[in-house]
Amino acid sequence: MNDMTPSKGCRDVPVLKERGQREVFCGLTGIIWLHRKMQDAFFLVVGSRTCAHLLQSAAGVMIFAEPRFGTAILEEKDLAGLADAHEELDREVARLLSRRPDIKQLFLVGSCPSEVIKLDLSRAAERLSQVHFPDVRVLNYSGSGIETTFTQGEDAALAAMVPVLETSDERQLLVVGALPDVIEDQALGLLEEIGVTPVRVLPAKRALDEHGVGENTVFALTQPFLGDTHAALERRGARHIAAPFPFGEHGTTAWLKAIAAEFGIDESVVDRVTEAPRARARKAIATQAAELQGKSVFFFPDSQLEIPLARFLTNECGMSAVEIGTPFLHQTLVGPDLDLIAKGPVISEGQDVDLQLDRALDARPDITVCGLGLANPLEAHGLTTKWAIELVFTPVHFYEQAGDLAGLFSRPLRRKELLKGMPNRLEAAE
Amino acid sequence: MKLTVWTYEGPPHIGAMRVATGMKGLHYVLHAPQGDTYADLLFTMIERRDHRPPVSYTTFQARDLGSDTADLFKQSCRDAYERFKPEAIIVGASCTAELIQDDPGGLAETMGLPIPVIPLELPSYQRKENFGCDETFFQLVRALAKPIERTQRISCNILGPTGLGFRHRDDVQELTALLYDLGIEVNVVAPMGATPTGLTRLGAAHFNVLLYPETAEAAARYLERECGQPYTKTVPIGVGATRDFIAEVAKLTGITPEVDESRLRLPWWSKSVDSTYLTGKRVFIFGDGTHVRAATRVAREEMGFEVVGIGCYNREMARDIRGLAKEIGVEALITDDYLEVEQTIEALAPEMILGTQMERHIGKRLGIPCAVISAPVHVQDFPARYSPQVGFEGANVLFDTWIHPLVMGLEEHLLAMFREDFEFHDAAGPSHHGGHAPKAIHADEPVVEQTPAAANDDNVIWLAPAEKELKKIPFFVRGKAKRNTEKYAAERGVHEISVDTLYEAKAHYAR
Ligand code: SF4
Ligand code: SF4
Repeated sequence: MNDMTPSKGCRDVPVLKERGQREVFCGLTGIIWLHRKMQDAFFLVVGSRTCAHLLQSAAGVMIFAEPRFGTAILEEKDLAGLADAHEELDREVARLLSRRPDIKQLFLVGSCPSEVIKLDLSRAAERLSQVHFPDVRVLNYSGSGIETTFTQGEDAALAAMVPVLETSDERQLLVVGALPDVIEDQALGLLEEIGVTPVRVLPAKRALDEHGVGENTVFALTQPFLGDTHAALERRGARHIAAPFPFGEHGTTAWLKAIAAEFGIDESVVDRVTEAPRARARKAIATQAAELQGKSVFFFPDSQLEIPLARFLTNECGMSAVEIGTPFLHQTLVGPDLDLIAKGPVISEGQDVDLQLDRALDARPDITVCGLGLANPLEAHGLTTKWAIELVFTPVHFYEQAGDLAGLFSRPLRRKELLKGMPNRLEAAE
Repeated sequence: MKLTVWTYEGPPHIGAMRVATGMKGLHYVLHAPQGDTYADLLFTMIERRDHRPPVSYTTFQARDLGSDTADLFKQSCRDAYERFKPEAIIVGASCTAELIQDDPGGLAETMGLPIPVIPLELPSYQRKENFGCDETFFQLVRALAKPIERTQRISCNILGPTGLGFRHRDDVQELTALLYDLGIEVNVVAPMGATPTGLTRLGAAHFNVLLYPETAEAAARYLERECGQPYTKTVPIGVGATRDFIAEVAKLTGITPEVDESRLRLPWWSKSVDSTYLTGKRVFIFGDGTHVRAATRVAREEMGFEVVGIGCYNREMARDIRGLAKEIGVEALITDDYLEVEQTIEALAPEMILGTQMERHIGKRLGIPCAVISAPVHVQDFPARYSPQVGFEGANVLFDTWIHPLVMGLEEHLLAMFREDFEFHDAAGPSHHGGHAPKAIHADEPVVEQTPAAANDDNVIWLAPAEKELKKIPFFVRGKAKRNTEKYAAERGVHEISVDTLYEAKAHYAR
């Protein structure tokens, strides 16, 4: 899969870089899915009422399922003296940990306010690690909006975990990226059948399940937004297996083959093991993709999933892409996916939302992938939208979910068709 | 620092957004980091607006910090003016921008935009969303409203409705119709639906209806001072309050009210024998001050409930709610910590909760029916159908909404008769609360005490047979029975509660 022939697809297309108003979540949102995955972790945001409000707005129902996250809201007096802020933090952490003895890892998550007042959370994490050693490991990362966009919060969290992993010389595969358990099990099952072993995951469900990392570790990413984690793992001597991301039948097969090649396993083994699931995936995609054939898609930047998803939609569902916007473009990570996208679409990085809206309204794509703040307003303009956050919350990786993934995009089109006899009358709030 | 999971109110700039989004022709330039745009989805999703909120965010990033952010801010103002051509702009900072100390007001002033630019000072680390609404609207009114000639016919303004307000849309419609019946014209509704130019005509009204004190009291006071407009003190939620409101308006204007009550059904519904079983239902009421005050009156005087506790999360209304609590002889709970609300509810063991979205979840957890009376609310409380809270139709809506979650009278009797029946036993829960398939009764199961005893009756213990007997009492009155028995025992210095104690207490408290 590591085809080095240049300019096959979009890899060398000049990227439209924009600066202006961005309509994106900050990295704090990553907490919402990370805390489900890491069952003994608590995420303590040190921030403002805005940060707490963001988490509750984005988390919806989950906020009442005894979530293992919260916000230490900075108050006037914390801003006045940083020394006091550290004391306050120690006190809140002690109180939290005594209430929740099941917590084994505590993440102090930085926010814009804590970054701007230069509250040193990494020092606080070290100090608190010592205080609560060995029961609880305290780590720190920033999910602030000034530094991170949406899924980058997961990247920052995982990157913070890499330096504290034990060192291991074992020859092993590390699969990196938080996946829903059922997907993780599917991935591990496939790798086992192919004969790749041993396979570890990052993040593990529990701190105790973690394995070491070292020079003989190779790693594969399941998510395209893990740039810092990628760099942190390379600093530990581990080596990345470049591959398209495991979305759709092609993506999953290419991903598995790249790993198999690294482990000296013949392509034919992969072909044999994946024959049945590949056929299932193709069939499921075909059912969903009927509505997608020949339709155009426009991606607003959101999660960094845009490029691999555009690859899936254009290659496996017969769509064409108008613009593929991404908040950040890590060439090394999404290069293999870019190679597989036919030239044509604008690849844009960053955002000036008003200008981008102008482009979308001009192009009138059949489907627009965007955030929740834009979706209804664009629908009111007659565009059909797919809100992007669902792509992060829903199981969409690997063969068995390929049909669901296509379905996420075809459903809005089908719905539009069903409701076409019913024009809008009222604006909601009037 | 204060550890928080759930907040009743957002930060104050959300309040400013609610004012801006409610209005037309106004634009808000908000100095804020990228990420704070999450707030847009409150309006586009929960309220289902089909336009983006009229807010431009500077969305600065780490690399912009330093002198760059001030330029960014000015650029955003310029772009917003060019693109949206608003009649006026409000400018301000979110919590992070408050720390980097660019001065949005000062910066915007130097730009010489040909429209009014109104700076907002919203202290993010002290105040919250409702304050943000109130202050923003006040600043707009202060900047734009001037004393002008009164309208010929008697007219009033309706002050307080905003974007993302609980039932504001339909309340305005209901109130406008009521005022029309009284022969009073509505001059301006604001902030919702008003333009900045519209605000300049506020002074033409004869008086103001202060619909929601949380979001418009400062403006109402200002207009009273500057334009000589009195404002109404009664919020017309509930039958009694609506009638008082009408009387108040009559007094302010000198009109003789003739009101059509032919579609008001709450009084008869409530008097009909079907409602007898509602008598003395113990309710706990929590929310914003205004809705709590109104609901307390409706609960006591119009539904025949017993109000066992009230409280509010907005400390701006603390004094008012404390006073009301004293009047009706209950404790007031002023807190924005939902864990405290949960503890109070557990201790009071009411048969029903009237509250916000959070109390709904608490109710679900504790198995207590709950109806929503106040923000914060989720998407289902921005309904498609007409459902005001104010006026006579509002009263009808209140009756239906509050009754719905309660076990129906007949069902309640059957539960009492067949309380050990395999489908009707208490663990089965009310039939129409989804997800409660009947669970089997395990008669020998050890009884686990879950409700923490109140502080002063620590030394009262339940003997096993009494505890078992207690479990036979239908769940929706068990909390009351338990409390009464413990109180009865404590008052008599009885330390062990037996079956006899239980029934003695029952006889003692029987009404
Ligand atoms: S953008 Fe910054 S201030 Fe806003 S919620 Fe995210 S971390 Fe908090
Ligand atoms: S049910 Fe949920 S999603 Fe709906 S209001 Fe509750 S927390 Fe939000």
